[in-house]
Amino acid sequence: MKILVPIKRVVDYNVRVRVKSDGTGVETEGVKMSINPFDEIALEEALRIKEAGNAEEVIVASIGGKDCQQQLRTGLAMGADRALHVVTDEAVQPLAAARVLLKLVEREEPGIVFLGKQAIDDDNNQTGQMLAALWDRPQATFASAVALDGDTATVTREVDAGLETLEVDLPAVLTSDLRLNEPRFVKMPDIMKAKRKPLDEIPLDELGVDNEGALEHVEFAPPPKRSGGKILESVDELVDELKNKGLL
Amino acid sequence: MARVLIIAQHEDGRLNTATAKTLKGALDLGIDDIDIAVFAEAGSTVADEAAKLEGATRVLRIEHDDFRDPTAARLAPEIEALAADYTHVLGPSTTFGKDVMPRAAALIGVNQVSDIQEVVDAHTFKRPIYAGNAIVTVKAPADRCVVATIRSASYSAAAEGDSACEIELREPASGSVSHTRFVKVETGGGEGPDLQTADRVVSGGRAMGSSEGFEIIYSLAKKLGAAVGASRAAVDAGYVPNELQVGQTGKIIAPELYFAIGISGAIQHLTGIKDAGTIVAINKDPEAPIFEVADYGLVGDLFDIVPELESRI
Ligand SMILES: Cc1cc2nc3c(=O)[nH]c(=O)nc-3n(C[C@H](O)[C@H](O)[C@H](O)COP(=O)(O)OP(=O)(O)OC[C@H]3O[C@@H](n4cnc5c(N)ncnc54)[C@H](O)[C@@H]3O)c2cc1C
Ligand SMILES: Nc1ncnc2c1ncn2[C@@H]1O[C@H](COP(=O)(O)O)[C@@H](O)[C@H]1O
Repeated sequence: MKILVPIKRVVDYNVRVRVKSDGTGVETEGVKMSINPFDEIALEEALRIKEAGNAEEVIVASIGGKDCQQQLRTGLAMGADRALHVVTDEAVQPLAAARVLLKLVEREEPGIVFLGKQAIDDDNNQTGQMLAALWDRPQATFASAVALDGDTATVTREVDAGLETLEVDLPAVLTSDLRLNEPRFVKMPDIMKAKRKPLDEIPLDELGVDNEGALEHVEFAPPPKRSGGKILESVDELVDELKNKGLL
Repeated sequence: MARVLIIAQHEDGRLNTATAKTLKGALDLGIDDIDIAVFAEAGSTVADEAAKLEGATRVLRIEHDDFRDPTAARLAPEIEALAADYTHVLGPSTTFGKDVMPRAAALIGVNQVSDIQEVVDAHTFKRPIYAGNAIVTVKAPADRCVVATIRSASYSAAAEGDSACEIELREPASGSVSHTRFVKVETGGGEGPDLQTADRVVSGGRAMGSSEGFEIIYSLAKKLGAAVGASRAAVDAGYVPNELQVGQTGKIIAPELYFAIGISGAIQHLTGIKDAGTIVAINKDPEAPIFEVADYGLVGDLFDIVPELESRI
């Protein structure tokens, strides 16, 4: 079985993102970029499944500009066997991303496509669900535990009410939540080895997918600022303040 | 003609409040015709509850035993079939809505507008991105169905009226799905008010140190009639169950009063509370970022402050 792990290059989660003063986007110049943290977790899980003998090959894939090959190389250094880079300079929205991934699925016929539950730039939380719809296969989103048994996966999902368990037949689409695992650190020799692993470039046009029906981004704005309040000296002062505001 | 369809969420035979909040968001579209689709098992009274919501035109009741614990794979084709008659299809941005709505959107052939926090006009919306560090205004294509989720924390619940709107019974449009099977759902069995709708929330962080340490949070919450929340670090450490997590990847909440106790105030946590009315922070580090957003702060050891606070209220 193959596992396909789509990884997105995003602004690192530690960066305090700033909106450009002209409102056309957010500042990405000179900002640290990383693999979307959820995708790193998805990749870690895929590698563990392979290491447990339940998969033969782990393929990482990214849709984006030349730069996302850095993240694909990191994925290879973590242990993925090969990488697919769907090349486009335009940012693809979830429906187009799902259509591209469907093309990759048709080529590679993976048993599992393991995505992140959301990309932390656009916070869309759509692509995995959309791929599952287009592929007409099961989805188990927001996974915090995955157990494989032959052609079925039992997936624990983090839902508002607590933990839900679903059983899905493979092939299936899974998306990772944060508590699924802790991704490994990449070691220096692995970075060297990763340079020799195959990385295929596929122009987006070749797949016959475009961004039609995309949402137009009209304007970006910083969020309304919460102004910091007062530091109080004592619990009594706090209780008084809250009482004065009618909150206690 | 413009028409809106809302996908209701319910569990244990009760309508989830997120549905009434989605309706409140829908009312801002300036469209008069708003239907609510209730997929439920036979004998469920959820449709009657939905019919009482002010602003609803009609409730569509679609009955099948599959809808007791429906999977996204089962529901999405049903939503797609209904969508043909609507210009807008909306769901709540709860884990239920986040799971099923994008699947339906893909079948309909559109991108979803996730987490609408403000309706500008029927095709233009504001939504948070980058963990709430930016707000983007997006325009959906005018000639296509709009599929969207409504950010619950941005809207109050539509009220219940005295009268009920019409309820129309519909047949399911598609069949059972065998490749995806619901097994169970387990809840931490927490007592007290629901975190997502509570007026008051007391959250503890990594500093609580253990499940036993967390007891003072439960105790203060009980005294206040508040729900209990937590940071990711506290959940990861196993002090409390996952459903208590507040933040970008946990629950986005908007209580009147929020206590952040032993929580540093990472952006991913703040995303979850930026709509809170009043924020109180208790932290021993005067430089903790939580104080930049808190309305009131107390600097000191929480294990001294929290019991003292509880004794004064
Ligand atoms: C993709 C992604 C998503 C995330 N989503 C979320 C999310 O949804 N929610 C979330 O909360 N986090 C989330 N995080 C994690 C987030 O970045 C922080 O790591 C986390 O919020 C830290 O939790 P904390 O404040 O409890 O712990 P810490 O940052 O360790 O803070 C503990 C605080 O307690 C104080 N303290 C210690 N002892 C005492 C004492 N005795 N008395 C008083 N104060 C004391 C310290 O001064 C410190 O400020 C996410 C991270 C990533 C990468
Ligand atoms: N451009 C992309 N390249 C590779 N994977 C992507 C891309 N966009 C989205 N994904 C995958 O889809 C998941 C969900 O993204 P989103 O729906 O945008 O929140 C991500 O965590 C990735 O696994």
